[in-house]
Amino acid sequence: MNSLNEFTGQARELMRRDTTWPFLVPRRRSPDVSKNVILYLEGLSVSFDGFKALNDLNLYVNDGELRCLIGANGAGKTTLMDVITGKTQCDSGSAWFGQNIDLLAHDEAEIAQLGIGRKFQKPTVFEAHTVFHNLELSLQGSKGVWSALTAKLSGAERDRIDEVLNIIGLEKARFQMAGALSHGQKQWLEIGMLLAAEPRLLLVDEPVAGMTAEETERTAELLTSLAGKHTVIVVEHDMEFVRSIARTVTVLHQGSVLAEGTMDQVQNNRDVIEVYLGEEA
Amino acid sequence: MKKLSVKKLCVKELSLQKLIQCCGLLLALLASVCAQAQPNTAPPAMDATLQQLTKASLRETGALVEHLERVGGKTMRPLFETMLAGDLHYHKETGQLMAVRKNVDGDRLGRDVFSGADFGVQQRRDIKKIRVNNRLRSQLRSALGRMDLFHGSEAEKRAAVEAILDDLSTENMRLLESAADAGVGAAVTDLIDLAEAMVRLRDSSITDERLAAIEVMSERLEAPVRNQLQRLVDNENEQDMVVKAAAAKALDKISGRIEFYGQLEQLFFGLSLGSVLLLAAIGLAITFGVMGVINMAHGEMIMLGAYTTYVIQQLMPEAIGYSLLIAVPAAFLVSGSVGVLIERGVIRHLQGRPLETLLATFGISLILQQAVRSIFSPLNMQVVTPEWMSGSLSINPVFSVTFNRLYILLFAIAVFVTLVMILKKSSLGLNVRAVSQNRDMAKAMGVRTEMVDAMTFGLGSGIAGVAGVALSQLTNVGPNLGQSYIIDSFMVVVFGGVGNLLGTLVGGFSLGVANKFLEPSTGAVLANIIVLVCLILFIQKRPKGLFPQRGRAAQ
Amino acid sequence: MIRVNPALNTVVKNVWSTVGSVLSNLRQPGKGSSMLVGVLLVTTLAMSAANLLLPVDSPLYVSTYTITLMGKYLCFAMLAMAVDIIWGYCGILSLGHGAFFALGGYGMGMYLMRQIGDRGVYGNPDLPDFMVFLNWQELPWYWSGMDQFWFAVLMALAVPGLLAFVFGWLAFRSRVTGVYLSIMTQALTYALMLAFFRNEMGFGGNNGLTDFKDILGFDLQSDATRVGLLLVTTLLLVIAILTSRAIVQSRLGRVIVAVRDAEARSRFLGYRTEHYKVWLFVYSALIAAVAGMLYVPQVGIINPGEFSPLNSIEVVVWVAVGGRGTLYGAIVGALLVNYAKTRFTAIMPDGWLFALGALFVIVTVYLPQGLAGLLQRFSGDKPEQAAGRELDSDASNGVSGREANA
Repeated sequence: MNSLNEFTGQARELMRRDTTWPFLVPRRRSPDVSKNVILYLEGLSVSFDGFKALNDLNLYVNDGELRCLIGANGAGKTTLMDVITGKTQCDSGSAWFGQNIDLLAHDEAEIAQLGIGRKFQKPTVFEAHTVFHNLELSLQGSKGVWSALTAKLSGAERDRIDEVLNIIGLEKARFQMAGALSHGQKQWLEIGMLLAAEPRLLLVDEPVAGMTAEETERTAELLTSLAGKHTVIVVEHDMEFVRSIARTVTVLHQGSVLAEGTMDQVQNNRDVIEVYLGEEA
Repeated sequence: MKKLSVKKLCVKELSLQKLIQCCGLLLALLASVCAQAQPNTAPPAMDATLQQLTKASLRETGALVEHLERVGGKTMRPLFETMLAGDLHYHKETGQLMAVRKNVDGDRLGRDVFSGADFGVQQRRDIKKIRVNNRLRSQLRSALGRMDLFHGSEAEKRAAVEAILDDLSTENMRLLESAADAGVGAAVTDLIDLAEAMVRLRDSSITDERLAAIEVMSERLEAPVRNQLQRLVDNENEQDMVVKAAAAKALDKISGRIEFYGQLEQLFFGLSLGSVLLLAAIGLAITFGVMGVINMAHGEMIMLGAYTTYVIQQLMPEAIGYSLLIAVPAAFLVSGSVGVLIERGVIRHLQGRPLETLLATFGISLILQQAVRSIFSPLNMQVVTPEWMSGSLSINPVFSVTFNRLYILLFAIAVFVTLVMILKKSSLGLNVRAVSQNRDMAKAMGVRTEMVDAMTFGLGSGIAGVAGVALSQLTNVGPNLGQSYIIDSFMVVVFGGVGNLLGTLVGGFSLGVANKFLEPSTGAVLANIIVLVCLILFIQKRPKGLFPQRGRAAQ
Repeated sequence: MIRVNPALNTVVKNVWSTVGSVLSNLRQPGKGSSMLVGVLLVTTLAMSAANLLLPVDSPLYVSTYTITLMGKYLCFAMLAMAVDIIWGYCGILSLGHGAFFALGGYGMGMYLMRQIGDRGVYGNPDLPDFMVFLNWQELPWYWSGMDQFWFAVLMALAVPGLLAFVFGWLAFRSRVTGVYLSIMTQALTYALMLAFFRNEMGFGGNNGLTDFKDILGFDLQSDATRVGLLLVTTLLLVIAILTSRAIVQSRLGRVIVAVRDAEARSRFLGYRTEHYKVWLFVYSALIAAVAGMLYVPQVGIINPGEFSPLNSIEVVVWVAVGGRGTLYGAIVGALLVNYAKTRFTAIMPDGWLFALGALFVIVTVYLPQGLAGLLQRFSGDKPEQAAGRELDSDASNGVSGREANA
């Protein structure tokens, strides 16, 4: 009798309409950044057909930091991003998001849901959708099939989209097809899509390629303003741009870290001058 | 061939006396060069004896045959063969001997027994058959055997000894002995030794001798050997247990070897199928690997090649032997130019839209099929297999490979090697590889990508045409010929890894072999299905095939 | 050198612009399919009434043959829509949808076969004729229960659905895309065709299932049953259109289009694209199966030929002709091409494959958007403008502006 009571009690608890079953609560694990480091990359190696794209690479990125990655072509910048976002499997090494999440154990979609956003080298937006819908699809939230079928845009989400539209300056184009945007606008839209997803860590691959000087400036402003709340890693070739935003710069060379420090430190580094800046000069 | 016919003419002009003398020598020579060349005149010295055949009783016929054999020797071969087949007739009025055989329409066609000269259609009531009974048949058979044994070529001698293995009478053994004394090749000597061993096993009562005989026999695969051993093992009355055990062991050994050769044969069939798949797939591998285009009309290119073979054979019916040699380049040109047309006309407009290309080329394949149906007919066409492709190479009594499959296997490998050489060494190959790796860059470097595309497509289609020539020797040539190969060949390409010719080679052969090894236990259709399903699963596991293109470009 | 009367010219222009605007309205997903649904319902109802109520000699009488033909077309239309959902919206070119169609058909065929009872040639109450012919002693296990309509329908849905799920799960998980996937779907249907041709499979081998007598107790030969089947087909087609429209207009639909255009991007936004593809594939397979189920009682036979790769690829051309990614385009395309086929094969049977082949080439090269795209061009409606008119409507599906590449 007692056990029956207990059972009914539990059942009633289970049926309470003001709670959600625990397994239905979307789990969004957040990275543990108690040590103030959000990304630990240790001993990463990736090789393609004998070519070592990454060679025992070690890199730590602090929470809220704006980090610039520079390096010659083939230095491994894009491969590094591929490894972090789960696109490329690495041969050895470890990658941790905060102290608690092993990135190597997740695939692209999971990593994205963990809060790592990525902008591609070539702007990729959903060309058949309007700017508005592009942002809607990027919003944080459940990404399952069923929830997509039943999804309704809430007021808060609409506001968030408006906010992002405002930031990226595409309010007027909100109902334009993304395919009809200019190259620079697409770049902006893609950044906006990242923002809408509110990631902890943003990986931005060559954001100012194809932008006018003015747009470049605005991008620099935007990225700087993002730092703090988000952690941003920028890969860029445009040294002027890097100088304008960078606090810490990491130089990659042949798949591993060559130097790290402020722009000035890096520029005066003997190795760097030799392999990278030297070539430019 | 021409030289040969000149020789024939010479033969006719020689004086009769000389002819009889030279006959044996020349004929042996001719027979070894060309199986068609048979003695073409009846030796007139024997005409009288031959005429007696028409009146002789069965018993008398036996004596006549004996006489003919003694006098005529090898020249009597066609006569005996005709008699043995029961085709020997004579004309009631003229007494002319002739070989009469019914054709498809049921007409009786008479031919000269020796020269094969046509006597035209014979009325049933005008001719009479020369009767043969079983005794006569066996006499004829052994007469033929003797002829082969003493006068035949090495192969004929072997065949004669092999026939004797079935009937090891004392008389036959004596024959073998005298033949061995007359001098024979090593293979025939071995066979004669075998025959002697079999006789010893049968007749001897000394255990050691019999064991030695079994030892000799256990090395052989001929059916009579197996039969004799099996009889010995099954024989209840056999007292000698040692011999019995040895026989059982020898039998095991033989059946083990037979099984091995069975597997080998299976492997050969697999390789043969693989070579067909390779031929069919290799063109597809080029177009798909380089241009990323699935040519659904690829099967129809194969079909066009096969029809080209047919047309060429129709154009030159007297030189069937050379028809294939001409058909190969012709099919390459026909299919290749159709391929270039398709590329220029359709695929060019669909650059970068692989799925649409797939649909468009499928449409083309429908048009080509229907065109062939309208021009020729919906029925299958007869493509003749030339002499040199028919027959088989027998490696031992249980394992032989047919020439057509063997040649096609070699041909497929030759085509493969040529293609690899073209891609590796020629400037077209360099351009093709450049375009396949980075189209835009190649364009920037001044490669005329459009030209390269057209050439690549032409090359791939041309090779499909060449495959069609080979296929025409193996399967029916009909409008649906190509359709059945498109899925298989695509599977080969995908299995091997796109853009990798070596992968196509390995893929083709392994699919062929897998198919043929599954077949005995599952049946052809189910084997096909199983292979397809396994492939589907394999592609899930390794979407890039056996030999994937690696590197950043492939990511 | 034709002199055109200016007044006539304006009239023509006006007519064209009116037609154009009507058609461009059609192109908008909501209106277009609503209109199509209306037309379908009215037509089939009118046809049914004309068949049942009018005397045979009336000029407006519609023959039962026509009714059945229409029913057949509508089944094909449903199949085409299934292909359109997966190809037009998700960019997965399935060359094997005929397999799902045929599996659904076989499910229904098995039910109808069991309904024959002892009225077969051999009069065996349990075994269908072909089994008696093959000397089978008892019904194979997978035939049991198929005499129950509900069970047969369930199976006819479950089997293709499961097949689609397994196939899709395997294929999409390992990220097989593009032409690879197309050929694999083709291999799938090809393998099934080979299998169903075998007598040992227990599905009638070469001849398939035929000689059906009645369905749910209604005589299949009677006019009323034929009309009823047509109406049921129309109804289910309408339901399928409405459901599909709801799906493609939801956020799910937008994700699917996103997956089609930039799969990597969607993945990096956190969408498990393979799940979306699998479920869409299953949904599409189910629609195809329903179409197959409706097809069999109307044409009265199902045989392994339905699995042939040619059939599946023909469906794709219906969709391409109508215009993919529009739903209604697939339906219109299927109806048009099949009507043309009926006409063509009656006049010159040999010419049909030429025509079909040419259709493939012309549509892919010159009309990548199909008739729907052509209509749009007539109405001079640029995609951007069309999009601009959809101001603030969440219901827009945003397909109109996408580029030709799938």
